[in-house]
Amino acid sequence: MQHLLSTADLTRDDALLILDTAAELAQISDRPMKKLPTLRGRTVVNLFYEDSTRTRISFEAAAKRLSADVINFSAKGSSVSKGESLKDTALTLQAMGADAVVIRHAASGAPHRLAHSGWIESTVINAGDGTHEHPTQALLDAYTLRKHLRDGDGDLAGARITIVGDVLHSRVARSNVLLLNTLGAHVTLCAPPTLLPVGVEEWPCAVSYALDQAIADADAVMMLRVQLERMNASFFPSAHEYSRRYGLDAQRMSTLPTHTIVMHPGPMNRGMEIAADVADSKRSVIVEQVSNGVSVRMAVMYLLLGGAESGIGGN
Amino acid sequence: MKTVLRNVAPYGEQAVDVVLDGDRIAALVPVGTGVGDLVHQFSGEVLLPGLVDLHTHLREPGREDAETILTGTRAAALGGYTAVHAMANTDPVADTAGVVEQVLRLGHAAGYVDVRPVGAVTVGLKGERLAELGAMADSAAQVRVFSDDGKCVSDPLLMRRALEYVKAFDGVVAQHAQEPRLTEGAQMNEGVVSARLGLAGWPAVAEEAIIARDVLLAEHVGSRLHLCHLSTEGSVDIIRWAKSRGINVTAEVTPHHLLLTDELAATYDPVYKVNPPLRTAADVEAVRAGLADGTIDIVATDHAPHPTEDKDCEWAAAAMGMLGLETALSVVIETMIDSGRLTWRQVAERMSTNPARIGRVTDHGNPLAAGEYANLCVVDPGAAWLVDPAALASRSRNTPYAARTMRGRVVATFLRGTATVLNGALAL
Ligand SMILES: [Zn+2]
Repeated sequence: MQHLLSTADLTRDDALLILDTAAELAQISDRPMKKLPTLRGRTVVNLFYEDSTRTRISFEAAAKRLSADVINFSAKGSSVSKGESLKDTALTLQAMGADAVVIRHAASGAPHRLAHSGWIESTVINAGDGTHEHPTQALLDAYTLRKHLRDGDGDLAGARITIVGDVLHSRVARSNVLLLNTLGAHVTLCAPPTLLPVGVEEWPCAVSYALDQAIADADAVMMLRVQLERMNASFFPSAHEYSRRYGLDAQRMSTLPTHTIVMHPGPMNRGMEIAADVADSKRSVIVEQVSNGVSVRMAVMYLLLGGAESGIGGN
Repeated sequence: MKTVLRNVAPYGEQAVDVVLDGDRIAALVPVGTGVGDLVHQFSGEVLLPGLVDLHTHLREPGREDAETILTGTRAAALGGYTAVHAMANTDPVADTAGVVEQVLRLGHAAGYVDVRPVGAVTVGLKGERLAELGAMADSAAQVRVFSDDGKCVSDPLLMRRALEYVKAFDGVVAQHAQEPRLTEGAQMNEGVVSARLGLAGWPAVAEEAIIARDVLLAEHVGSRLHLCHLSTEGSVDIIRWAKSRGINVTAEVTPHHLLLTDELAATYDPVYKVNPPLRTAADVEAVRAGLADGTIDIVATDHAPHPTEDKDCEWAAAAMGMLGLETALSVVIETMIDSGRLTWRQVAERMSTNPARIGRVTDHGNPLAAGEYANLCVVDPGAAWLVDPAALASRSRNTPYAARTMRGRVVATFLRGTATVLNGALAL
């Protein structure tokens, strides 16, 4: 595999190789000398068409710990209809000798276009495309889940994961459903019907409209960010009603099994989908997700760019 | 002057010689017996009345970088067409007598096909007030088809008034059925594939709701209604029901909705981005069945040229539409003739006779008989050809059939007795 565009492209073995590699790299990150020489002389471009400082910094840190040269190409503000075209930007990056392009874009499929239109030969890593996918987020979520639920080993067979919130617009949900299913977990999506896509019934997961039932026997609950603007488009009547029906507050959290962890891909709307005391509780692994993100992204770059033999999938 | 088309098979039936006298058919006589000043030798290919397209975007005036009336009508002639209806969404919009007469004039100057301008229903396609429909009807362009195509006449009162008003000059409103609120930001068919790809959905109901409303309006005011580019199973069902009630409605399907499905969006290649979007395999089957049983009256191309930069980009940024004129007949052969769902005679009805009747184009779509205008096309249904976008006559390259091998080649087209295409190449 040359690119990471969708978690649908990862076999169970591919995913486990990434998680295992991330675990090894995490140990290095704990050492005082954090850098590995693996990608010395290689160039990684962070091509971000959307503002996402946290994701960009995570990729940047990962690339630097592997000794890659990092170029941040911020195309923020350039909407799809104005400014330089994706194609022309790609040709520029190709001329600059980019070995990998990490792309965040508001248009679903933009990384796919970048990888498959013949504009560029680089490895393309999807750092979130529109409402499509965010594969490295799903990988870091799987890594976090495995650490807490399976002692950091093997897959997630039998684990019960409930993902709550704006599934319709969530690239995190799409990538997670596919990856967690590949790893053997049972995924339940929970949202008001307006925030579930038509066609969700074909996804490899269960669907629920009732939060209390959906989380009753969950091993992990993942809360998705819900943008307040959705209210204006009548996806739900009010922030208050949303948080009452689909928000995770302390009272609801108290009904969870004792081992259940709470996750959130960030950035959080405290008081909306997640109460502050839940986000800061002992069950919350939200901060840890961030640090795991660096290890997982290191693993992805290491495997896609590092050794010819160790590449994911072998083709 | 007499011209002989030697050894052609009208409607794919018994081969004959067709003798033309000037701009008309003089006689159909046994093969080898036709006598004339000029003889075109064929080898038993299918002879059809020249095809008539009710839905063509020629882009001129305004977007000559995408297509001109000259390049678009060349593409039409190569596709076997002798008349096309030029859609009104140009810049300026064809919403006045002046613009439709300009389009008419440019079509005439090009000389490849008869260009019949479509008039906009509303000023500037804005959906706010009626354009001067009567002035366009009375102009030299004799406009009979009115459409805001590209946009839906979504205001029900305005649609009612338009339907009523055009009765005075035997016009028809051709509706682009798309409920605007239900399709805000829509990128592709809403369903299993859009859910997976994370592209905003264009639900079938947004088309069907407008069609249901409009057939009821047409019934209420006793008007003629035409529906552009049916794309869903539900739309076919509604039209079938409307016709069974005697409502005066006609409908079209595009070649691409007869052949392609929304699975192609998984490539994220915007060459497959079109409005209405490619639908599911069940919808494709429904429009084929509707075309076969006559629920859908015609095939219309919705030929929609776009310059390369408008397609060589991410899906959401790309323009909607695909080329159709040069590949339409091949698609119909593949989907309808090869499967035995239509005879050549029925293809002639659906691609020539019926569109001419809907558009009130009297010189086209007539029987292959002595005395009729010699608007003809000759097609070799077995000839395979590889679609090469660079080789198309259209100024644009956005064909969804690139590198596809299709069957059925137009070998000759005649416009009122004059060859516009011979040996599969432009003759003018
Ligand atoms: Zn249209």
